[in-house]
Amino acid sequence: MQSLKRFSWTDVFMWVVGAALLTLIVVGSYLTLQQGKYTTVQWFDLAVFGLAQGSVYALIALGYTLVYGILRMINFAHSEIFMSGAYIGFFVATSMQRSGFLRENPVLGIVFIFLTAMTTSAILAILLERIAYRPLRGAPRLVPLITAIGASFFLQYTFRGLFGTQNRAYPEIDFIRGAIPLFGSFQIQKIQLIVIIAAALMMAALAFFVQYTKTGKAMRAVSEDKSVAALMGIDVDKIIVRTFVIGASLAGAAGVLYCFMFRIVTFYMGFIPGLKAFTAAVLGGIGNPPGAMLGGLFLGIFESLGPTLFLDGLGIPAPYQLKDVIAFTMLVMILIFRPTGILGERLSKTKA
Amino acid sequence: MNKRLLALLSVLVIASMALAACGTPATEAPAPEPTEAATDAPTEAPAPAAFECTDAIGCVTVAPGDPIHIAYALTVSGATASLGDDSRGAIEIAIADRGGELLGHPIELSGEDTLCNAEGGQAAGTKISADPTIVGVIGTNCSSEARAAMPLISQAGMVMISPSNTNPDLTNPDHPDAHPGYFRTAHNDLFQGRIAAEFAYNELGVRSVATIHDGSPYAESLQKVFADVFRELGGTVTAQEAINVGDTDMGPVLTTIAAGAPELIYYPIFEPEVALVTSKAKEISGLENAILMGADAGFSDTFPEAAGSAAVGMYLSGPYVDVNNPAYGEFLAKWADQIGGVPPSGFHAHAYDATNMLLNAIEQVAVVDADGTVHIPRQALRDALYGLSGFAGLTGNLTCDANGDCATGEALGVFQLSQAEVDGAWPPPVFWQP
Amino acid sequence: MSTQNRFDWLKAVQLGAIAGITGILISLVGMLQQFDSRDIIAGSLSMGWTMLFLTVIVASYFSAAHQPSKLLSIAASFVTGLVFGFVMCLLTYAVDTFDLRQTLVNASPALVKILTFEDGVPTGLVELVVTVTIAGVVGGVIYILPQRIRKAVSLGLTVMVFLGLMQQIIQVTLSNFPQVNSATAWMFGRGTQKGLSFNGAIVVFLVVTLSNLFWESNATKVNSQIQKMPENRQRSLRILGYGLLLLVVLYLPVLLGLYLTEVVNVTGLFILMGLGLNIVVGFAGLLDLGYVAFYAIGAYTVGVLTSVSGQLSTAFEWNFWWALPVCIFVCVMAGIVLGIPVLNMRGDYLAIVTLGFGEIIRILALSDFLKPHIGGSQGIVSIPPPDFFGVLLNKPQTLYYLIVAGCLLALFVSQRLRDSRLGRSWKAMREDEDVAQAMGINLVATKLLAFATGAAFSGLSGTILAIKLGTIYPHSFALLISINVLSLIIVGGMGSIPGVFIGGLLLAGLPELLREFSEYRLLIYGALLVVMMQVRPEGFWPEETHKREFHENEQVPTQEAA
Repeated sequence: MQSLKRFSWTDVFMWVVGAALLTLIVVGSYLTLQQGKYTTVQWFDLAVFGLAQGSVYALIALGYTLVYGILRMINFAHSEIFMSGAYIGFFVATSMQRSGFLRENPVLGIVFIFLTAMTTSAILAILLERIAYRPLRGAPRLVPLITAIGASFFLQYTFRGLFGTQNRAYPEIDFIRGAIPLFGSFQIQKIQLIVIIAAALMMAALAFFVQYTKTGKAMRAVSEDKSVAALMGIDVDKIIVRTFVIGASLAGAAGVLYCFMFRIVTFYMGFIPGLKAFTAAVLGGIGNPPGAMLGGLFLGIFESLGPTLFLDGLGIPAPYQLKDVIAFTMLVMILIFRPTGILGERLSKTKA
Repeated sequence: MNKRLLALLSVLVIASMALAACGTPATEAPAPEPTEAATDAPTEAPAPAAFECTDAIGCVTVAPGDPIHIAYALTVSGATASLGDDSRGAIEIAIADRGGELLGHPIELSGEDTLCNAEGGQAAGTKISADPTIVGVIGTNCSSEARAAMPLISQAGMVMISPSNTNPDLTNPDHPDAHPGYFRTAHNDLFQGRIAAEFAYNELGVRSVATIHDGSPYAESLQKVFADVFRELGGTVTAQEAINVGDTDMGPVLTTIAAGAPELIYYPIFEPEVALVTSKAKEISGLENAILMGADAGFSDTFPEAAGSAAVGMYLSGPYVDVNNPAYGEFLAKWADQIGGVPPSGFHAHAYDATNMLLNAIEQVAVVDADGTVHIPRQALRDALYGLSGFAGLTGNLTCDANGDCATGEALGVFQLSQAEVDGAWPPPVFWQP
Repeated sequence: MSTQNRFDWLKAVQLGAIAGITGILISLVGMLQQFDSRDIIAGSLSMGWTMLFLTVIVASYFSAAHQPSKLLSIAASFVTGLVFGFVMCLLTYAVDTFDLRQTLVNASPALVKILTFEDGVPTGLVELVVTVTIAGVVGGVIYILPQRIRKAVSLGLTVMVFLGLMQQIIQVTLSNFPQVNSATAWMFGRGTQKGLSFNGAIVVFLVVTLSNLFWESNATKVNSQIQKMPENRQRSLRILGYGLLLLVVLYLPVLLGLYLTEVVNVTGLFILMGLGLNIVVGFAGLLDLGYVAFYAIGAYTVGVLTSVSGQLSTAFEWNFWWALPVCIFVCVMAGIVLGIPVLNMRGDYLAIVTLGFGEIIRILALSDFLKPHIGGSQGIVSIPPPDFFGVLLNKPQTLYYLIVAGCLLALFVSQRLRDSRLGRSWKAMREDEDVAQAMGINLVATKLLAFATGAAFSGLSGTILAIKLGTIYPHSFALLISINVLSLIIVGGMGSIPGVFIGGLLLAGLPELLREFSEYRLLIYGALLVVMMQVRPEGFWPEETHKREFHENEQVPTQEAA
């Protein structure tokens, strides 16, 4: 950062751009709020949508960030692992729906869906690590990246070939449908509440795991320095596999939560959430699990509130179309002023 | 040296044994007719000129035993793969319906992936136009592909019938992107948008609407026509919103729309987004009573299932399919048998009709020599298609006009979904016809 | 492992099982069915079966490689083939007995028909096992051949399969040359039969194999003879070589015909982009995932300036040649403007931010917000083709020369830049930014110049794309393009200029040729990327310094594998 200080013209340029964008945001928000087109209830709804979407992003982002922390590689195929969980969950859910099991024992059924989805994702991740990534340890950074991109295409089109192109829909599970009234005319969709709570629980469990268990400590050690960790008697390969398994299970669970919310499964569904989750991971500071959580929530809320709040008042047509522009602009702004993400990366400097 | 030669020979013997082993059953068993016919065919050059080609843009000559070659240019990979799969299955069924033969020749179908963008269309168009044996093309799915592919295909003298292009430019004689030899069985946006708007204004009696498109040229153009006509009729358009393909959370955009309190929302977008909008709309405060309306992009049996109970009461504009017409049921049965499952999108009937139109027209104009050689004059083929009228297809009675629009507004209908469709019945009953 | 003198059962069965799983995958994703109607050798060997055979041959080859003696090698390949056959039998039986189509769309009766040679379950299964076991033994035999012959035979088989695969394109191209009509008719299948004819296949195989054997045994002799020649003769030989190459390049569109020229053009556009990204990523080490942004900006600038329906065309009668420098200038400026915010970012932060820029540009182009100016989702249509001294550049054959000129220009510029002071600064920065700065390199200027040069090449490619298509849609500028361009420079060899050309041929040209594989194209592409990175992580034509780095690293894995 300081290394570039003497070329102040670029800094000036950036400050000007930053200030202009900030003014735009403030003016836009002010005009939108002044018009009073939206009620408080609607703003509340928007925030809840964002929170639910963001929780799913955060769960996926954890997979990116855990793997990145240890291997310093962007696991592009992670989005396909997310998709695979959702797909398998679909088959389990429909067969249980057909047999009536899901209607009689909704809680048990839902738990079972989660377990199968998480297991599938984990198995897929183990295979991926063993076949595609392990032989590339020590190769330059871009080689595993390209491998991951290749694996992502391969998995996507394998699923397309196996299960066809049609959109499939999760069965409607009555247990998770409907709204819960809060105070006044405020209400919250049951499913959104479930997603937010489930994601929060899983993230808490992960935080505990990484902080206090033996494997978690080993994971942190490996991400600090692989060779020293190996000297300390840690089986690095085993820890890497476990990291993949944890990340993939979270992605599998995210896949099911996502489909509880949106219901539709396609072979293509992993791409965009995966991209968003990766953005979230970077936003929070890649390699840093709490950062990924924060980044996910932040991104979800910006996507949901941003277009309406910032752009509507400026009279821009179809503002929602530009939500990704807002998300990425936010990312750029944050990284300009905090080049290692909101919480900063938790990586040893030597590897950077 | 001798040792090496021996080794080499042994490989060849074994390899040829392997080849023979897999070759023998294939020839012994009743292989598909086309192969059989081709092997039996005499191998001399095309028959001498008993027939003289006087056609303005040339003829295709098919020697006895050679296939009549048609091509498809569809988007069978990427996010729009279901569209391409849908059309391709229908083409295959239409060919299988004739036992894979036309005028005693096998029908050969070769295909190109067009990826739903202009580059894909151009590459596929170039490849097809480079092959002079191709008589006609079924495609493209997306209008952007047709813009890039059609100049090449038209110049090569071929005809192309699209099952799902709807952009008005393509059949607008004043527009540079309209080319001779182009036809479509899909509805021009101008027809469908107008009918949908008239239905909303006159039949449902709504006075304020909002529209949503997904950034695809199809949906954008259709909602624009709808909104323009609706304004023209005297209604108000409260919002013209847009989402992106791949979006899932429709809450924010619907909340924005709810602020204008429209009586009807028109969203001619594709699956899966159309289902996501539908299921979300009922949850938004302010939109509980809004009427929902989609178009033929959502006209497939997976849509109501995916949208769930929220789809009950929703309207869809689309090709008028007579429910009592057993042909459509038969078509679905063939699909389940030959391809498996159900058609993944909403344009299979158009593709089926397009293929049949093409094959019929070839049959009509072809000149068959005594030895079975078939000559297909290209301009005559075009003229036959331009002159087509009253073709009874799955999508209604098709009559092509001089610009290549074969589906005129008359064959459109508005359908209403009920709980039956959500439970798996398909297609829905027709609610209204212009 | 060769120290063990026993038959390695485990390995043979394991490889057979792995091959079996691959075979199941090939069958269930629908490739077998889709490609069954497509023959490599007309009437006998279909493409679907070729894939299964290749799987089992490769597996049994490796299984043979794990055995101590030649006899055991053959035995192992037999076992591998048998296991593969058994697994495929299980699949066939399962598909035949249970109705799996609700879940697995391709588990259809048609699949059983293909796998049992249409003879039904009990008899067909025996045929299946026997056939694949023989194929397995072929794999073993290939292994025990002397290396030179093995190489020639595999090359012969590869070329044969490739020619069979490309039959349609080759035949269409050759139909422009009536002189060779009878030869093509003899070589290839007739009518609906695709692929090589039986005679053609044997001739191709023999010719390639024998000529390779001949070349292998004489190559050193020829080379040493050239070495022995006097200096000036050598030089004239080289000039002759270059002259021939130039002639071929100039005559290529005539030789290739319409479609293959189009493939070359598409490849050329990607190579042009690849040369630009090679400067950013390969030379300067800045990982850019949003490279498509400049491609889009180039295309849109030309569109807005020259399109009949464009906005600015009424003010001044723009043609392509006037617009071209403006486009390049706009792209360079865009490169600098988008480069400034990322000056402080490193590695993957840079990657995601540039990716974001790419998406921002695409979404803005698509948006209703800018629709009045650049057409939104309806794109910009009717961009006229440029007129080059009376020749309208609207056909692949004429556009070809424009693209070649662009590529040559980019090639020249990047070659000169690589060896210049700036090029050395880029490489120093790639290796270590802090050290480079300590050596007095102005990081800001160096980085921005890399972005600007890269943007200019990509913009040039975009402008050519715009006139080539005549219409531009925002959908053409997806993230996939950035990823493909990045992959092609890595596969070619990062930082290596010839590598870009090889990568372009492999990752842009080949997929274009394989368009008829349609939905399986990207599956194959993905699998190839994974395999290539495992086999040649340094790329196909690596830059010298990079190659050395890889050799340092290679020490470790070989020990692990042992």
